Amino acid sequence: MAKIEAEVGKPQGGFMKWIDDRFPFTETMKYHATEYYASKNFNFWYVFGVLAFVVLFIQLFTGIFLAMNYKPSAADAFASVEYIMRDVEWGWLIRYMHSTGGSFFFIVVYLHMFRAMLYGSYRKPRELIWLIGMLIFFVLMAEAFAGYLLPWGQMSYWGAQVIISLFGAIPGIGEALVEIIRGDYSISDITLNRFFALHVVLLPLALIGLVFVHIVALHEVGSNNPDGIEIKEHKGPDGIPLDGIAFHPYHTSKDLVAIIIFLIIFAAVMFFAPDMGGYFLEHANFEPANMTATPEHIAPVWYFTPFYAILRAVPDKLWGAVLMAGAVLLPVFLPWLDRARVKSIRYRGWIYKSALTIFAITFLVLGYLGTMPAEGVYVNAARIFTALYFAFFLLMPYYTTVDKTKPVPDRVVYHG
Amino acid sequence: MSEDDVDRPDHKRRHFLVVATAVTGVAGIGAAAVPFLSSLKPSARAQALGAPVEVAISSMQPGEMVRVLWRGRLVFVLRRTQAMLERLPDNLEDLRDPDSEVVEQQPVYAVNEFRSVKPEFLVVEGSCTHLGCAPLEDFEVRPGENWGGGFFCPCHGSKFDLAGRVYKGVPAPTNLRVPPYRFVRDDLILIGQDTGAA
Repeated sequence: MAKIEAEVGKPQGGFMKWIDDRFPFTETMKYHATEYYASKNFNFWYVFGVLAFVVLFIQLFTGIFLAMNYKPSAADAFASVEYIMRDVEWGWLIRYMHSTGGSFFFIVVYLHMFRAMLYGSYRKPRELIWLIGMLIFFVLMAEAFAGYLLPWGQMSYWGAQVIISLFGAIPGIGEALVEIIRGDYSISDITLNRFFALHVVLLPLALIGLVFVHIVALHEVGSNNPDGIEIKEHKGPDGIPLDGIAFHPYHTSKDLVAIIIFLIIFAAVMFFAPDMGGYFLEHANFEPANMTATPEHIAPVWYFTPFYAILRAVPDKLWGAVLMAGAVLLPVFLPWLDRARVKSIRYRGWIYKSALTIFAITFLVLGYLGTMPAEGVYVNAARIFTALYFAFFLLMPYYTTVDKTKPVPDRVVYHG
Repeated sequence: MSEDDVDRPDHKRRHFLVVATAVTGVAGIGAAAVPFLSSLKPSARAQALGAPVEVAISSMQPGEMVRVLWRGRLVFVLRRTQAMLERLPDNLEDLRDPDSEVVEQQPVYAVNEFRSVKPEFLVVEGSCTHLGCAPLEDFEVRPGENWGGGFFCPCHGSKFDLAGRVYKGVPAPTNLRVPPYRFVRDDLILIGQDTGAA
C-alpha cells in the first residue's frame, strides 16, 4: 500500500522512469546539481574549480588525438612532434591546445588553492576535501613532469635528468631507486616509453578518480563561501539552507560565462603566444635531446620554478631536495596549522592578511627566481624568500592564534 | 545444539576464513609484485647496450678532451698537460674530498692524487654529482679567482678541479665519478670494464 502511494507523485512510465528504476539518474542529478545548495554569495574566486574541470577535459581530449600521431621512442619522438606540427592537418592547433592547457591547468589550480587559503575552505569540516585536492595537485605535477619528457627536446631530457637525480639524494636506496625509475643507466628510450605509459594511462586515470572523489566529498559537506560560515546552520522550514541556492541552474549559468571568458584568454594565448616567450614552451626544447651537452641555462617550466628556486637556494644536495619536498608537502597540513577562530579573510586580523599577502608575493618571486640563473644575487634572494615561504606555514599556529579576528555574522553578507 | 543455532552464521568460521584469505592474499600480492617491479629494472637489452666502449687515444694532444657515451652516460677522457698535473696539489684545502675517500666515486685503482690509472689520462663521468647535468670544461687558469682550471656545472654552479674533485661550498656533494676502465693497450682505453686491470 505504502509503495503505491509513494509512486503517486512520480510521472507514470516514460523513459526516465525506466532509467530511474534501474539507475539513480534523477536522484544523482538532484543530489549533485539541481538540489545541491551552495551559498548565494559566491564571487569571482569560485569559478576556478569548474575551470580546472574544463582544462582537464581539454587535456584528455587533445591528448587522445596527440597520442594517435606521437611515437614514444627516443629515435622518433622529436620528429613525430614536428610531424604533428607540420604535416598533420590542424595538428599544430591540437598540440598547442595541449601545451597551453598544461600551463593553464596550473594557473587555474594555483588560483583554486589560493581561494581556499583566502576563505579558509580547508578548515573543518572540509579537511578531507583539501587532502584529496593536494593529492590531485601531486598527481598533476607527476603528470606534467612525465608529459614534458615526451617531446624529447633538450629541456625535456635535462629537466628529467635533474628531477630524477633528486631521488638519488635519498640516502641508501637513492641510486637503486633512480635506476628503477629510469629503467636504464641513463635517461633513454626505455625511460621515455614508460613515461608515456604513465602520462597517458596511469596518471590520467588517477586524476579522474581523484577529481570524482574530491567532488563527492565536497557535496557531502557542502561548499564553503566567502564569509566562511556554515550555511547549513540556518535552514528554512523546507530544510533548505536560507543562504543556499541550487547549484544548477544558478551557479552553472554564471560558470558558463566564466568558461567563455576563460576560453577567450586561452585562445588568445594559444593563437598568439603559444610559447609565452619561453615560459610555456622553453626555447631549448625546440632542439632534440643531446646527451653530451646540457643547455647553458636550465630551468623547469614556470609552474615548477617556485620549488626549483628553493632547491637551488641550498648548497647541499640532500638538504636541497629535503627542503624542496618540504615546500611541496607543507600545504597538506594547513587545516591543522591554521588555528584562527574564523575561516574567511574577511573576518581575520591584520596579521593573517599581511602573512597571506607576503606569502603570495613570496610564491611569485620564487617562481621568478627559479627561472633565473643560479648566481649571486638570485641565489641570495631565493634564500630569503625560501625562509619566508617556510615561515608562513611553520609560524602559522602562532600568528593565527594571536591575530585579532572580527565577529562573524550568522548569515552571508553581500559586499557592494 | 538447539534449533536456533542452525540458522545462525558461525562467526568463528567466518573469522577463520577472513584471516586465512587475508594472509593468502597478502602473500599472493607480494609474489605477484615481483615480476612487475622486476620489469622496471634495466632490461637484458639495456644491459647489453651498456657494454664497454673503446676509446682510441693515440691521436689525442696534451690538453685535449674527448666525450664518449657509455651506458648513455657522458664520459670525459682528458689528456692532461704536465702543467695541469703540477697544479693538482695547489688547492687541496678548497676541496671537499681531496684524497678520494668517498668509496663509491671511483674504483680502487683511481684512488690516488691524479684519480686515474695513468696520471696523464683523466677518465671521469661527465655527470655532475649534484643533479646530473653535464659540466662544462673551463681549463683557463685564473689565479685571481683561485681557479686552476677544471669543470663547471652550468645548472647549479658546482665546480670541480682537473682531477674531477669537487670544491667546497657548491651543491655537488662528491667528486665526479670515475667509471671502471682499463688500458687495453697504451693507445686504447676500454671504459666500462676493468677485469685484469693493473
